[in-house]
Amino acid sequence: MKKKLLSLMLCASLVVPFTACSANSGSADQAAAPAADAQPAAEAAADTQQTADAPAADAPAADAASSETSDASGLTGTLKMGMIGPLTGAAAIYGNAVNNAAQIAVDEINAGGYGVTIEYQGEDDEHDAEKSVNAYNNLKDWGVQTIVGSVTTTPCVAVAAEAYNDRLFMLTPSASSTSVTEGNDNVFQLCFSDPNQGSASAQYIKDNGIGEKIAIIYNNADAYSTGIYQKFQEAADSLGLEVVSVTTFTDDTANDFSVQIKDAQDNGADLLFLPIYYTPASLILQQAASTGYDVKVFGVDGMDGILTLEGFDTSLAEGVMLLTPFSADATDERTVSFVSKYNEKFGETPSQFAADGYDCVYAIVAALQYYAENNGGLDVTGMSYDELCEILISTFSDPSFTVDGVTGEGMTWTAEGEVNKAPKAVVIKDGAYAGL
Amino acid sequence: MVSYLINGISLGAIYAIIALGYTMVYGIAKMLNFAHGDVIMVGGYMAYCSVSYLGWSPAAAVIFAMAVCTILGITIEKLAYKPLRDASSLAVLITAIGVSYFLQNAALLIFSSNPKVFPNLFSDMFTIKVGEATVTSVAVVTILSCIIIMVALTLFTSKTKMGKAMRAVSEDRGAATLMGINVNSTISVTFAIGSGLAAIAGVLLCSAYPTLMPTTGAMPGIKAFTAAVFGGIGSIPGAMLGGILLGVIEIFAKAYISTQLSDAIVFAVLIIVLIVKPTGLLGKKLTEKV
Repeated sequence: MKKKLLSLMLCASLVVPFTACSANSGSADQAAAPAADAQPAAEAAADTQQTADAPAADAPAADAASSETSDASGLTGTLKMGMIGPLTGAAAIYGNAVNNAAQIAVDEINAGGYGVTIEYQGEDDEHDAEKSVNAYNNLKDWGVQTIVGSVTTTPCVAVAAEAYNDRLFMLTPSASSTSVTEGNDNVFQLCFSDPNQGSASAQYIKDNGIGEKIAIIYNNADAYSTGIYQKFQEAADSLGLEVVSVTTFTDDTANDFSVQIKDAQDNGADLLFLPIYYTPASLILQQAASTGYDVKVFGVDGMDGILTLEGFDTSLAEGVMLLTPFSADATDERTVSFVSKYNEKFGETPSQFAADGYDCVYAIVAALQYYAENNGGLDVTGMSYDELCEILISTFSDPSFTVDGVTGEGMTWTAEGEVNKAPKAVVIKDGAYAGL
Repeated sequence: MVSYLINGISLGAIYAIIALGYTMVYGIAKMLNFAHGDVIMVGGYMAYCSVSYLGWSPAAAVIFAMAVCTILGITIEKLAYKPLRDASSLAVLITAIGVSYFLQNAALLIFSSNPKVFPNLFSDMFTIKVGEATVTSVAVVTILSCIIIMVALTLFTSKTKMGKAMRAVSEDRGAATLMGINVNSTISVTFAIGSGLAAIAGVLLCSAYPTLMPTTGAMPGIKAFTAAVFGGIGSIPGAMLGGILLGVIEIFAKAYISTQLSDAIVFAVLIIVLIVKPTGLLGKKLTEKV
C-alpha cells in the first residue's frame, strides 16, 4: 500500500513540470489548433464576413470579368475541398502555412462573388507517407471532391498514387518533385518542380555573379533534396559554374555538420548552396558561424520557414538568399491584401508556402469558373470526384487557362502538371525577406 | 585533421555519457533500457523549458533537468520494470521499447513536434584555437564532464557501500539477496544515476546540436547503445572508450571516406569488433558455470 502511494506520488511529481512547461509552450499548441477546428471556423468566419468583404474581388481569378459576379460564369453549388499537410511534426511550419492561407482564401470565396461555396477540411499527415494516405482516406469518407495537397513531397507521392486510381484531382501547393506528377495525370503543381528549381538557382547564381566556388550540402535520403541537387549540378556544369565540394547527410545523421562545413571551407567555397529543409539548414548556419566560416548561403523553397523556427537566432540567417516565387513585401494589391489579412489573423508574415496554399484554392475555383463559362454553367454540389477530376484536368491542361495569383502572374500548366511562372530571389535582411 | 579529431572526441564524449547510463543499467539489472534515449530527450526539454520560459540560469536548468530525469528514471523502473523482475528478459526488453514510445508520444502531445532551437548554454564562455582548428566551449565542457563523470562513477562503484552493493547484485543477484543486500533499492539507485546522467547528456547534446524534437534522443540513444556494446557492455571504462572511438570513427569516416556511407562504416566496425572479440573491447569474459 505504502509503495503504491509512493509510486503515485512520483508520478504526480513528474506530471507537474510537464504541465507547467506545456502551459508556456502555448504558441506551438496554437499552431496545431487551427487543424482541429478548421471546419467550424471556416463556417463561422464565412458567416461573419458575408457582409464586410470587399477585397474579395481583388483576389486572383481566371479573369477579372468572371470574378465580379457568380452569374457571369454560371458556376454554382458547394464544393468539398480537402487539404493534406503536416500540421504537426518536423515540417509543421509548411503545413500550417498552407492550411492557414487556404482558410483565408476559402473565407474570401465564401463571402460571395464566386458563385461557389467551399466546405473546407484540413488533415494532418505529420510529413509521413502512411499518415498522409490515412488523411486522404479520412477526407474521402468525409466526401471530399478535390484536394489541395499533399504539402510535402514524400507523402504527396504516396497520396498521388491513391488519388490516381480513384480519379480524384489534386493540386499540390508545394510538393515539387517530378515523381509527384510523373504518370499521374490528375496531379498538378502550383510550385516549381525540383528540376526547375535546381536549374533556375544555377542560372540565377550565374547571371548575378553571386558565387565563384560553390559548395553543396544535400540530404541524400530525401527525394526533394536529391532532385534539386542533380539538376543544379547539371545546370552548373553546362553554365560553367565551379562546384568545389559536394557532401551529404541523411535524416539520421542530421546532427553534426562539422565535416561537411570543413570540406566546403577547405575547398575555398565562397557560396554554400543548400537544397534542403530549414531544420538541418538552421544547424548548418549555426555550426558554420561557430567555426568562424563566413560564407554566402543560397537556399531553395525548403529554406523558407527558417525565420519562424522557435528559438532560432535570426541574425545567423542574415544575408541568406533563396529562390521563391513569392515575396511578402511586393506592392501589388493582391499581395498586400493577402499579407495584411494573414498578419491580422495569424500574427506573422505569410511564407511562400502560405502563398502557394492561397493560390491553390483560387486556382481550383478559377478552373471551375473557366469551365462553367465555356460549357454553359456548372453545379458542383454532390458531383462525384471522378467527374470533377476530368473537368479540372482538361481545364488545367488547357494552355489558354491562366491564373493570376500572389505567387505569379499568368500562371499556366503543362499537361504533365508542371506550372510555368517566373521565379524571384529574396534575401533575408534584418530578420525579414527583402527583394533582391 | 586536428579539428576532425576534436569534433570526433566531443561527439564521442556525448555518446560516452549516454552509453554510461546503458551500461550501468545493463551491468546491474541485466536489462537493456531502450527508453534511455528518450530520457535524454526529456532532459533536453526540461532544460529548454527552464531556460527559455522560466529564464533560469544554465546551472539551475541542468540541476532541474537532472532532478526531473532522476525521478522519471525511478518511476519508470518502479512502474514498468519492477513488476517484471522475474519475467523473461524478452518481456522486459519489449516493455522498455514500449516505455520509449510512450515517452516520445507524450512529448509529442505536450511539446508538439515543431522543432525547438535549444539555447546554447555554454556559447560565449570561451573558444580555444589549436593551430587551424577552433575548439568550441561546448566541446570542452562535454569532454571535461565526460571524464569527471567516468572517474566519479568508477570511484563510486569501487569505494562506496552502495557501489559495492551494486557490484554484488551485478555478479549474483541471488547471493546478494542472501547477504542482506536490498536488490530493489540498489536497482532503483542505478536507474536514478543512469537517468541523471541522461539529463546531462541531453543538455550537452542539445547544446552542441541545438534542434530539440520528441525524437531527438532516439538516434543518439541507438548510437550510444552501439558504443556500450563496442566497449563491452557492463564495463564503465568500456562505455567511455566505446563512445569516444565511435564518435571519432564516425567523423573520420565522413571526412575521409564518404559522407554517404558514414553510418554503414560505423556499424561495420562494430560487427568486426564483435567477431574478433565477442564481449567488446573491455568486456569481461564470462565462463559459463556448469
